Amino acid sequence: MTSAAEIVTDDYKSKYGFADSTGYLAQSVRGINEDVVKEISRIRDEPGWMEDFRLRALKNFLARPVPTWGVDLSPIHFDEYYYYAQPAKETAKKWEDVPPEIRNTFEKLGIPEAERKFLAGVGAIYESQEVYNSLQKDLQKQGVIFTSVGNAVKEYPDLIKKHLGKIVPPSDNKFAALNSAVWSDGPFIYVPEGVKITMPLQSYFRINAQGMGQFERTLIVAEPNSEVHYIEGCTAAMYQKSMLHAAVVELLARKGAKIRYITIQNWSKNVYNLVTKRAHAYEDASVTWLNGEVGSGRNMKYPSIYLLGKNASAEILSMAYAGANQVQDTGGKVVHLASNTSSKIISKSVSKDGGVAVYRGLLHIARGAHNVKSTVRCDALLLDEQSKTSTFPYMEVMADDATVTHEASVGKVGEDQLFYLMARGISERDALSMIVNGFVEPFTKELPMTYAIELNRLMALEMTGAVG
Amino acid sequence: MATLEIKDLHAQVEGREILKGVNLAIKQGEVHALMGPNGSGKSTLAYTLLGHPKYKVTSGDILIDGQSIVAFPPDKRAKSGLFLAFQYPVTVPGVTMFSFLRAAYNSVHTDEKNQPPTLFEFRDAMNEKMKLLGVDESFMNRYLNEGFSGGEKKRAEILQLALLKPKFAVLDETDSGLDIDALKTVAEGVSKIAGADLGVLIITHYQRILKYIKPTYVHVLYDGKITASGGEDLSLKLEKEGYGWLKEQTGVVT
Repeated sequence: MTSAAEIVTDDYKSKYGFADSTGYLAQSVRGINEDVVKEISRIRDEPGWMEDFRLRALKNFLARPVPTWGVDLSPIHFDEYYYYAQPAKETAKKWEDVPPEIRNTFEKLGIPEAERKFLAGVGAIYESQEVYNSLQKDLQKQGVIFTSVGNAVKEYPDLIKKHLGKIVPPSDNKFAALNSAVWSDGPFIYVPEGVKITMPLQSYFRINAQGMGQFERTLIVAEPNSEVHYIEGCTAAMYQKSMLHAAVVELLARKGAKIRYITIQNWSKNVYNLVTKRAHAYEDASVTWLNGEVGSGRNMKYPSIYLLGKNASAEILSMAYAGANQVQDTGGKVVHLASNTSSKIISKSVSKDGGVAVYRGLLHIARGAHNVKSTVRCDALLLDEQSKTSTFPYMEVMADDATVTHEASVGKVGEDQLFYLMARGISERDALSMIVNGFVEPFTKELPMTYAIELNRLMALEMTGAVG
Repeated sequence: MATLEIKDLHAQVEGREILKGVNLAIKQGEVHALMGPNGSGKSTLAYTLLGHPKYKVTSGDILIDGQSIVAFPPDKRAKSGLFLAFQYPVTVPGVTMFSFLRAAYNSVHTDEKNQPPTLFEFRDAMNEKMKLLGVDESFMNRYLNEGFSGGEKKRAEILQLALLKPKFAVLDETDSGLDIDALKTVAEGVSKIAGADLGVLIITHYQRILKYIKPTYVHVLYDGKITASGGEDLSLKLEKEGYGWLKEQTGVVT
């Protein structure tokens, strides 16, 4: 654990909230319409079928109302955002080839260092574009693809045509439609049959410009009996005006494949994070979503898993921290459509300084799916009287032989716990971090060590109130 | 040699006065036993000494080596050399014994230059004390007091005492809820740690722990005041005759 002295001098602004002065090669005008979408497609030199995909999605987006449930989205004015900014000519394969200001940003964020230490591949996405990408040679030889969806449109058009928008169709919801119309970069990962990637692949998302919208598009295809472990991190520069991150992430786990997807979300508070993440898992496959949600002022995120073949399993483990002026509306959805499938949803939330944490989840077990097992557990911890939490656990169990357990708890940090730790010389602030870290430990213990430490550190940072 | 002085200490819990003028002085190297019937204020004294927020001092003072600690928060009292072995140690899920002990050790043993001990210094100290008290290594990976038996909890408290090396230790009903074997183990542990550098205040209802840890002085707390003080013979008298005679002596009805 990082010492308290280190934490207290730290703050988001100096560590993540800095902005650099990048001149863009191409940038769309403010607002969204057919011309903007066509311009994005032109800048990216896309084939006609991709432009059509975008334009169809745009129609859908424009026709739909803004959702009125969950977080209040009425302050979002779609005409005020920039939907595209291209910072570099192409994706670099070496950090030296990344434009210096941008390289500097990622250096400050510690990405190249992490890559040297324990990652099998790294992608770095800045505004709308992947600026850096690397993949270990032996994985390349085994046929693993790790590139941006944008590059994949040109290099692997058949795979993209076959999979993009199939798990999350553009018509799924307003923000999925928006993403499908103006999507920028995010990784495309393809793991051939039987290939097991043991070290994690990582992407890092960064928004730098004021009023920017980032439309991450991620697609992971794991062929039969393959394995992949993916981590994404994100931060943004701090501004008065809001920024928008509307992502679509699609995961396909074929028979016997395993996908483990970790997100450490640390956007600045001016970011609306509105994402659609969904996975399809076939026979014997397993998918795990691990979500550490610390940043963003308004967050709506409910990763889902559809279990489509027998013996498939799903795990959604989330941890959300809601501090001052934050609404973390998060949860998970699992849909059991086959027999002998199992799922586990564990959600932990911590609210402080008036923060609001909401758990919203769905468990659906279809009629005809036999022997289904599911565990849903949500625990909330309130650190003061002003903070709030609520849970909306929807359950639709149509099968009569399913085993479902559901537990929920709301707790407060007890005076006696604090006193016990303080009576051992531990300061009140450290004692509080310790109790909170202990509370989310069932989540953090699933993370690789470096990320567990980082997450605990981020939370301690938030709790000291140093983040402005 | 430092002294822990409790001077005319009055304290309230939720508006009710429990301590009504306690006077006591403990030197390093001495073992004091504080006995008394249920409700006499023994545990209140323990919590008040460490500064539990529920226990408000209305008058009087607590001093270590002449310096008043009565306005200090609990962590600063611990750093001043005061330790409390809890009657009911608190569970903290998800926090391992190892990380808890390390944080506590670092807090208490951070030097004047604000330099905490290294991981190696901590490990060495921990291994030494675990060996001394016969604590199993697997203890370190367990969550703080979670699922601990009565005996394990008390042993964990004594391990903390050994590791933090306070000047003064208050043992609050350390013997309660223990069978005779567990009691022996815990008492032996305390005896191993006790010495010229440690002043001990054993709070107990029964005399039995005093068979294993010999007190230099015995005091009786009754209705928020120390009403009798003496040597070991006083504890034997209490064991034989109970607390009834004190009532007659003080004329207080509780």
